[in-house]
Amino acid sequence: MLDKILFYFFAGVAVGSAVLMVTRRNVVHSAILLITALLATAGIFLQLRAEFLFIVQIILYVGGIMVLFIFVIMLVNLDVALQQIQFARQKWVALLVALALAGQVGLMFWSSRKMPGQGLPVLTAAAAEHLPANSEEVAKSLFGSYLLPFEIASVLLLVAMIGAVVMAKKRT
Amino acid sequence: MLPIGHYLFLSLALFIIGVIGVVTRRNVIVVLMSIELILNAVNINLVAFSRLYGDVAGQVFALFIIADAAAEAAVGLGIIIAFFRNRETVLADEMDLLKW
Repeated sequence: MLDKILFYFFAGVAVGSAVLMVTRRNVVHSAILLITALLATAGIFLQLRAEFLFIVQIILYVGGIMVLFIFVIMLVNLDVALQQIQFARQKWVALLVALALAGQVGLMFWSSRKMPGQGLPVLTAAAAEHLPANSEEVAKSLFGSYLLPFEIASVLLLVAMIGAVVMAKKRT
Repeated sequence: MLPIGHYLFLSLALFIIGVIGVVTRRNVIVVLMSIELILNAVNINLVAFSRLYGDVAGQVFALFIIADAAAEAAVGLGIIIAFFRNRETVLADEMDLLKW
């Protein structure tokens, strides 16, 4: 029961703030609402017993990436952009893309009903006490079977860091 | 408890909102933020299935996606700063130097 309440609370907060984020005029408001949506997603992760990802989400997304976003928003000139039209004339493209995506997933749900068994599987609740320590398991998997992707990700981050510095540097 | 479909629907909703943001907004910073929202929606799927099958690999993949999102945000914002310095605009449809 508590699981359900938590899920619906966090899901409602996430979807609501995401809708507001896309529709608000002011970019700073959008950034704050995106932070709310990301925090609500972190709550969903906690409800799914992914404690390590919960912490990573808060530290990395909300603490790191969003500070970067707000920093850039402060850097570029807002006052001129606020006076202009905020939405491109692509309403119908957006509607079409959204309908196509929703149609695909709807088709998936509809066809999963006819599968043998009882349709979509249900997350089991009893396993929560028997779950191993989450951070340990993630670490074992990350530094065991996924060691090479881990190293590649670190190289990617290095490349991105150098790229961002070169890109934002003033040309002399 | 909760069927996996709940998580899939939440992820779908966030993904579609993000796509609508990418397509309709003119401000490039909001477009980048919508992309972050899309990546985040994918993470919900991965973690939900990781919990369903009791396999931690989904969470490891979510970690890689978070690292990618960080790299993408850093490079994207660097490009925005460089472009703003040259053209004094952050609107996507005014970025038409390659169009003629």
